[in-house]
Amino acid sequence: MPKDHGIGASQKRREDVRFLTGRGRYTDDINLAGQAYACFVRSQVAHGKLNGVDTAAAAAMPGVLRVFTGADFEGVGGLPCGWQVTDRNGQPMQEPGHPVLAQGKVRHVGDPVAVVVAETFEQARDAAEAVEADIDELPAVIDMKAALADGAPKVHDDLSSNLCYDWGFVEDNRAAVDEAIKNAHHVTTLELVNNRLVPNAMEPRVAVGDYNPATEDSTLYTTSQNPHVIRLLMGAFVLGIPEHKLRVVAPDVGGGFGSKIFHYAEEAFCTFAAKQLKRPVKWTCQRSESFITDAHGRDHVTKIELALDAEGHFQAIRTETYANMGAYLSTFAPSVPTWLHGTLMAGNYKTPLIYVNVKAVFTNTVPVDAYRGAGRPEATFQLERVIDKAAREMGIDPVEIRRRNFITEFPYATPVAVEYDTGDYNATLDKLLEIADVAGFDKRREESAKRGKLRGLGVNCYIEACGIAPSQLVGQLGARAGLYESATVRVNATGGLVVMTGSHSHGQGHETSFAQVVADMIGIDENMVEIVHGDTANTPMGMGTYGSRSLAVGGSAMVRATEKIIAKAKKIAAHLMEASPDDIELKDGQFTVAGTDKSVAWGDVTLAAYVPHNYPLEEIEPGLEETAFYDPNNFTYPAGAYACEVEVDPGTGKVTIESFAAADDFGNIVNPMIVDGQVHGGLGQGIGQALLEGAAYDESGQLLSGSFMDYAMPRAGDLPSFKVDHSCQTPCTHNPLGVKGCGEAGAIGSPPAVVNAVVDALQRAGHTNVTHIDMPLTPSRVWAAMQG
Amino acid sequence: MYAFEIERPTTIADAVAALGAEDAQALSGGQTLIPTLKQRLAAPSKLVSLTAIPELKGICTADDGALCIGAATPHAEVAAGATAYPALAALAGQIGDPAVRSRGTIGGSLANNDPSACYPAAALGSGAAIVTDKRQIAADDYFQGMFETALDEGEIIVEVRFPVPEKAAYLKFEQPASRFALVGVFVAKYADGVRVAVTGASEEGVFRWSEAEAALGADFSAGALEGLSVSADGMIGDLHGTPDYRAHLVKVLTGRAVDAAG
Repeated sequence: MPKDHGIGASQKRREDVRFLTGRGRYTDDINLAGQAYACFVRSQVAHGKLNGVDTAAAAAMPGVLRVFTGADFEGVGGLPCGWQVTDRNGQPMQEPGHPVLAQGKVRHVGDPVAVVVAETFEQARDAAEAVEADIDELPAVIDMKAALADGAPKVHDDLSSNLCYDWGFVEDNRAAVDEAIKNAHHVTTLELVNNRLVPNAMEPRVAVGDYNPATEDSTLYTTSQNPHVIRLLMGAFVLGIPEHKLRVVAPDVGGGFGSKIFHYAEEAFCTFAAKQLKRPVKWTCQRSESFITDAHGRDHVTKIELALDAEGHFQAIRTETYANMGAYLSTFAPSVPTWLHGTLMAGNYKTPLIYVNVKAVFTNTVPVDAYRGAGRPEATFQLERVIDKAAREMGIDPVEIRRRNFITEFPYATPVAVEYDTGDYNATLDKLLEIADVAGFDKRREESAKRGKLRGLGVNCYIEACGIAPSQLVGQLGARAGLYESATVRVNATGGLVVMTGSHSHGQGHETSFAQVVADMIGIDENMVEIVHGDTANTPMGMGTYGSRSLAVGGSAMVRATEKIIAKAKKIAAHLMEASPDDIELKDGQFTVAGTDKSVAWGDVTLAAYVPHNYPLEEIEPGLEETAFYDPNNFTYPAGAYACEVEVDPGTGKVTIESFAAADDFGNIVNPMIVDGQVHGGLGQGIGQALLEGAAYDESGQLLSGSFMDYAMPRAGDLPSFKVDHSCQTPCTHNPLGVKGCGEAGAIGSPPAVVNAVVDALQRAGHTNVTHIDMPLTPSRVWAAMQG
Repeated sequence: MYAFEIERPTTIADAVAALGAEDAQALSGGQTLIPTLKQRLAAPSKLVSLTAIPELKGICTADDGALCIGAATPHAEVAAGATAYPALAALAGQIGDPAVRSRGTIGGSLANNDPSACYPAAALGSGAAIVTDKRQIAADDYFQGMFETALDEGEIIVEVRFPVPEKAAYLKFEQPASRFALVGVFVAKYADGVRVAVTGASEEGVFRWSEAEAALGADFSAGALEGLSVSADGMIGDLHGTPDYRAHLVKVLTGRAVDAAG
């Protein structure tokens, strides 16, 4: 019997009522009295010397309040980078400046050179066309290897080269890995591209800056996954506004996928301009503008080598990856190809020796940063692809070779610096084979063949490190921030609760699942619990939502705060019933004295806390409000196994996903329906990356896939009805809920399943020379692969 | 969008007069023009809407059996109403999405002559006549390259007359992002021969594959195409497909269209 409330119940998402009826309140819905509008003038060339910006004509146009250029931001800090990576030689990465508006140079198409602020957006846009940027175009560097060649044009003149860092991990393992590969029975090598993606959240970015001259307070309304982080970065590093004079509000946000973690120039601009003009300033990103300003994702070029013994046991892994940083370092960009990627190269397998080399490269392209999965999809893709290739080369079944190498004892310390606390990879793989009906594949393949289609099966595993992260560990790894989370639980006199969380919901359903946790702990109806997030003025300092961390870290903070509430409430109940607090039990919202029929209700206790007439004032304070900060002592490690079946049309190369099954171990589950939805969304994005999506630049640095006419997003018709299971549960051993996180798994685990399946289909059809096709697997590419 | 004037005449004569103004631009369903304006890539001084002119709307059958479609008839109405020409109705029902089909018109599509649009393949593949306010133009003379047509400045398409074939089918292979035709092939079998029109593939816009027409005229079966090949010279190459791939698709889709025509 499924539960209908509390932890484990598939409650419908309470926030969906407003989202689905058009009553959400997004940043663009916020319009302040006297608001002016900003229109950015952006570089149309990828690389150029910016000699000057003539704003005179624009400034004289109707409605124009002021035209800003880089000169207005001299003396203002640049956009900071939140993570410093140390290279193989112990040296810090090369870290270029990142001005709010371009100064001296433009470095990618979309780099802002000026902003017009006017009474209306149309006036701002008209005037923006009259701004004349004097730019001497320079040769652009787009290809990463070319960017590292001697004599390549430099993106940043003050750096020694376009190399941000050359990272080795674990550097001390390098010689042993080289030796193991040299002496191995078999080495499988694969070179591949992890394609650049444009995040394309449904809601484009928006910023509204406001300034109150009376109090000298600034407020920024913005589309952010982490308003406190934006307040800290923008206040402390860019504009020099102390946090107590700066409020950041991220109201309903229509999807982020990582792209709304980062601090962007437009946020700083609107806050700055509002103070200069003493008027609210609003900027709403156009869709075509978002293609050239939102941080992109992925964009790795990798060579991976896997050494095996005669029985197919993995002996060593060596990788070399070129990771595109784009023109500037976005907020967390350096961490993605390193600590979020190298640490996952063990996957689900007990490979004793691993060495990961990453060269991060500046190019004249849009900055690249974390995108759903962030480093972990890149690790999973190359590992699960090379294993598939190795299995084929050695004549071992791809499922069997994985089982043969599974980690089966926990905790398990990998050779790449992380310790998996728990897991059961055979269990998820068994479950996968069952729900995907792998045993019935041959029959389905014959049926496809009758219709002239080539059917293939791809199976893979994945593991990810989520719930980021232990602050002291990430501090050692270069993070310039802590990664705890916070919650304040405020109980009102009549028994209702408000939970103020530092996490941020932008599609994850926190308002529902967080309420289920707190209500379950106290034994009250979920409708008595309100979840508040997204406003630095009414939530405790928190680090926000990304890295599948909200329930594991934010939820844990909420549990800790609720535990404090319950402990205090028991003292009050004990006083009311003249019993010892140690004898008080709380169940279904009733406090009872153990072994007696004495009880008081939750509401009696909360009322007593605020009307303390009969109250132990000498022992405890009135009121019922508690805050907790939770800093995890390890990552969580969701893991699972995915299976994809495709059909390839041999005439056109078109791939259709016939079925997709996912067996995930997310530990304990609070709301199974929301978890299903998170996995569905992740699978959609992963399949999108595998089959459809790809940001492509031409040699001059123009984004060829700069609109939905050329950048293919997955649509409902591209996806099958997924078979999703998360009944295999090894609860996380170190957080109070035993939860692991589920937001990114689908996007991490699915791309290799799709590519494995397509390669399998072609191999079975006799195209034995096809061992890999780079994503996206467009019909054109698949057809070309079949031509030999 | 830049500011512009708009007129909404109710007769062809008034529309022609309005289009005489400098920088005036005809607006039909607006499925190409409006996005272009929104991106500020065009700046006409005046738009002349053609969708309020009753004479430009509707579907009927002429005395000679040809199916006549008013130029301002939206795709959705053709999809539902061109029952006398099922392959044409099916083509109209696959253009864009429901929003596009309820606004976009056949006249607008043919006047624009996008190299990846569907209607040019139907018109050329059917040997249709494009009737304007001044004359009648055979489809073979009408399409003159990518976005180029035989229309004079200010000339308005009034209707399109489709001879109804014995058998026909249109096969579209979609570009994954835009869902326009990466390659689309319209095959129609008439008593006096077979026509094969290809859209999406060529840098010259829609074209007839005459070798296939000859082979299919002798034997209307996919097998008749064996031994034929399409040259990749002049084919479009872009993110979504090389010239070789498009040339290959022309043959594959032609065969499948023949099969679909039955």
